[in-house]
Amino acid sequence: MSDTTDSGPVLAADGTPLKRSLNRALRAQKMRALALIAPLLIFVLVTFIAPIADMLFRSVENQIVSNTLPNTVATLNDWDGTGDTMPGEETFEALYYDMFLAAESKRHTRLGSRLNYEEAGISSMFRTSGRRVDDVGEDQIDALEDIDESWGDEAFWFALMSGADGAAKADDIVEAQRTRLSRLNETGFSGEVGFAPSQEIADLLPRTVRAYSAFAVFTAIADGDVVAEEEPWETVKVALIEDLRNGADLSGYDGPGAEELRAAQEGMADQPAIDYKQAFLDMNEDWGDLDNWKTIKMYAPPFTEGYFLNAIDMQKTPEGFQARPESEQIYIKLFKRTLFMSLMITGSCILLAYPVAFLLANLPMRTSSLLMILVLLPFWTSLLVRTSAWKVMLQQQGVINDTLVWLGLVDDASRLVMINNQFGTIVAMTHILLPFMILPMYSVMSTIPPYYVRAAKSLGATNWTAFWRVYFPQSVPGIGAGSILVFILAIGYYITPEIVGGTTGTFISNRIAYHISISLNWGLAAALGSILLAAVLILYWAYDKIVGIDNVKLG
Amino acid sequence: MTLTIIEPKPVSFVAPVVAVAGAFCGLLVGTAHDNPLLGVAIGAVLTAVLAFVWLSVFRNERAARWLTFLGFGAVGFAYAGVPGVVIGLAFGAFFGWFIFWLGEGRYRAKLPPYSTGMQVFLHFLFRVLCGAIFIFLITPILVVMPLSFNAENFFTFTPEMLRFDPEGYSLKHYRDFFTNSDWQQAMWNSLSIAPMATILSVGFGTLAAIGLSSEHVPFRRAIMAVLISPMIVPLIISAAGMYFFYSRLGLQGTYWGVVLAHAALGIPFVIITVTATLVGFDRSLTRAAANMGANPVTTFFRVQMPLILPGVISGGLFAFITSFDEVVVVLFVGSAGQKTLPWQMFIGLREQISPTILAVATILVVISIALLTTVELLRRRSERLRGMSPG
Repeated sequence: MSDTTDSGPVLAADGTPLKRSLNRALRAQKMRALALIAPLLIFVLVTFIAPIADMLFRSVENQIVSNTLPNTVATLNDWDGTGDTMPGEETFEALYYDMFLAAESKRHTRLGSRLNYEEAGISSMFRTSGRRVDDVGEDQIDALEDIDESWGDEAFWFALMSGADGAAKADDIVEAQRTRLSRLNETGFSGEVGFAPSQEIADLLPRTVRAYSAFAVFTAIADGDVVAEEEPWETVKVALIEDLRNGADLSGYDGPGAEELRAAQEGMADQPAIDYKQAFLDMNEDWGDLDNWKTIKMYAPPFTEGYFLNAIDMQKTPEGFQARPESEQIYIKLFKRTLFMSLMITGSCILLAYPVAFLLANLPMRTSSLLMILVLLPFWTSLLVRTSAWKVMLQQQGVINDTLVWLGLVDDASRLVMINNQFGTIVAMTHILLPFMILPMYSVMSTIPPYYVRAAKSLGATNWTAFWRVYFPQSVPGIGAGSILVFILAIGYYITPEIVGGTTGTFISNRIAYHISISLNWGLAAALGSILLAAVLILYWAYDKIVGIDNVKLG
Repeated sequence: MTLTIIEPKPVSFVAPVVAVAGAFCGLLVGTAHDNPLLGVAIGAVLTAVLAFVWLSVFRNERAARWLTFLGFGAVGFAYAGVPGVVIGLAFGAFFGWFIFWLGEGRYRAKLPPYSTGMQVFLHFLFRVLCGAIFIFLITPILVVMPLSFNAENFFTFTPEMLRFDPEGYSLKHYRDFFTNSDWQQAMWNSLSIAPMATILSVGFGTLAAIGLSSEHVPFRRAIMAVLISPMIVPLIISAAGMYFFYSRLGLQGTYWGVVLAHAALGIPFVIITVTATLVGFDRSLTRAAANMGANPVTTFFRVQMPLILPGVISGGLFAFITSFDEVVVVLFVGSAGQKTLPWQMFIGLREQISPTILAVATILVVISIALLTTVELLRRRSERLRGMSPG
């Protein structure tokens, strides 16, 4: 080349150096390929990968405690959760406001059932308290309303809280309550509230304004009512009593309701203070149980490893991670059973598929493609059709038992139990997954040249030696590919074990489905799913290394 | 294989082997009459005598086979009426063939001439074993089909059915399927969800497969792993994730939620089949088209698409059957308004067991046979188009 051009790089037709021109063409090609792939990649990421990621997130997410009881959790930060002292009065006071709001939003039972996974009995504690939390401070509220009837009047309250016309407003308090309620209810809580407290009253009566703002946001958005036309909740009145008792300085205040406030402060001075702790103990004595409080504190952080611990039969205690009591250990057993049954299914698939694949690979093309139909037909038949067929065949009044009884092999009174146990699941799933084993084995075996075996035989090997030392090693890749595929598919099966598995033949997937749709313990379902997913992904990676994803063939 | 000399075998070998088969058949008949031992004895003696007569006395194969066939049929009729005839004819055909197959030494025709007796035996033992496995594969489907015509609400063969009594058969389960509003609604839901999911996965999948099959794709392996993952991740995990995530988006319980979920599940199948078709695609064709002035879109529709169409269609059929068969994801992502056929079957199997399921199953089997045939024809056509297969 250097002979024809004197110096400099080789140039393309348009005068740019050839190297650059080629690079540009390559880049354009790459971009075009990526542009073609991008829509699908985005589609799969959004419709499939994102849900999986969401599930992984749910397995550690635990915001329900801090969303439902934010103030209580804040006060618990100062409480030593390892000792044997109960949380202080301020915790119970915070709990009162939190619980009231949660009960109004009907979210307290959710938190109760969430914590019940960790400490049995908490659920009923929350349920009964939610019902009776509006009785707290009953006497004091009656006393307050006896002093002046306007404390039961909604318009008076609205005027008091809003302040005089043109007063400076404290919108941030309403917004803070809006955020809190939207976290609690897991909905947007957007919309017009039609209320803003005046800055003056907010400084004067902070608790009352907070409680009233929460009431206003809930009334306006969740109930769709006008704030000024609804009587405030008991919390608002209790908050006012607390504010007044705590020495709110009303001397400088001359906004709406100033006289009533002063009268109330005077009148309430000789009333007994509200005993929140006693009130909660009256609702449910379990509030005095230290362990329940320890559980609440332990699960207060927004992320937890609790679900994963639960999924491997452990639990979190103040003393660290511990195994659950023997009677509550089910998941390790279930994982072991899933593993054992998947191995059994894979094993029986290998045993049944090997002769068939061998036969198909060694028959003349015409015969083998006819026999192949017998393999492909079940492969193409609906999974539910095959499962229902097995249900029909295996049940006690089913075809197999009838045949055995007819043949006299089994007595009519002692028909075999072949369904709703491990046997049924293994038989049905072996049948369902058999084509996935035969097809990869067949595609490997049909590439094994026949002359190696012939050479071995002509060198004096017996049939068995020729098979075992020459043919079998060459067919091992097919066994490997089929086994991993069948094992991956088996380990996550749901439908067939659900229908023919009964109680002893079910897999971990059935437990996951149970936690999603019946027990509603989504976090645990997500944790179990994550463990299963990790197992499958490791196998998927191995499959990719051994077989290569590009080499997956269908039919 | 023509090296093997086919020569008649001595009766002393044939008769005992036939007698063993006869004894087995006799056992079946004998147990039905509560006397297995007598059945075994009669079966063994009868067939051994038959083998002896046909091979050493009569020696006219065609006539002998007809006589065996009809004779067994007549005996069967005398014993048990219409079902007896069927069983008798089957036995007759088998023994007529079996005696001469053994007696004339035809069984060795396809084996090497040097095979020892043991090797021949093992060879046929292996064949019988494979036959049993094939029967295992196909039986459930064969059992479901006749049971779906059961006149009773049972999941097993009634005596009327075994007697081939027309009274024992009916189309009532099919009638139930076509008139019951639950089943009809489920069928329409399936038929409205599956095509839409198929269109989505085929549309996106084909484009991506074309992109993936070009020579320089960065991160090809990783992209492929992501795109194939819906096939590998257990359905219950996909279902759980989609349930949580689609609820957040408000897609849970909607038509589009189910369609998107099913489209995602069908994509790996489209990718796999279309990339497999593209492996044999000759790129010089598109270059030639571009050379002659066609723009990429024209090239795609006029040159590339017609050649890869078989792969696209069979990928689409896979995607269709995936959606049409899918039950786990729809169970979680769908609501009562999206109840599909498999869902309805699942409920039927778990709660109120009704034989209508078997009628539906039969219809689905027929549909899958049709789809299987289509895919197979398409595959052959594709290989022929690309010159990869001789026939």
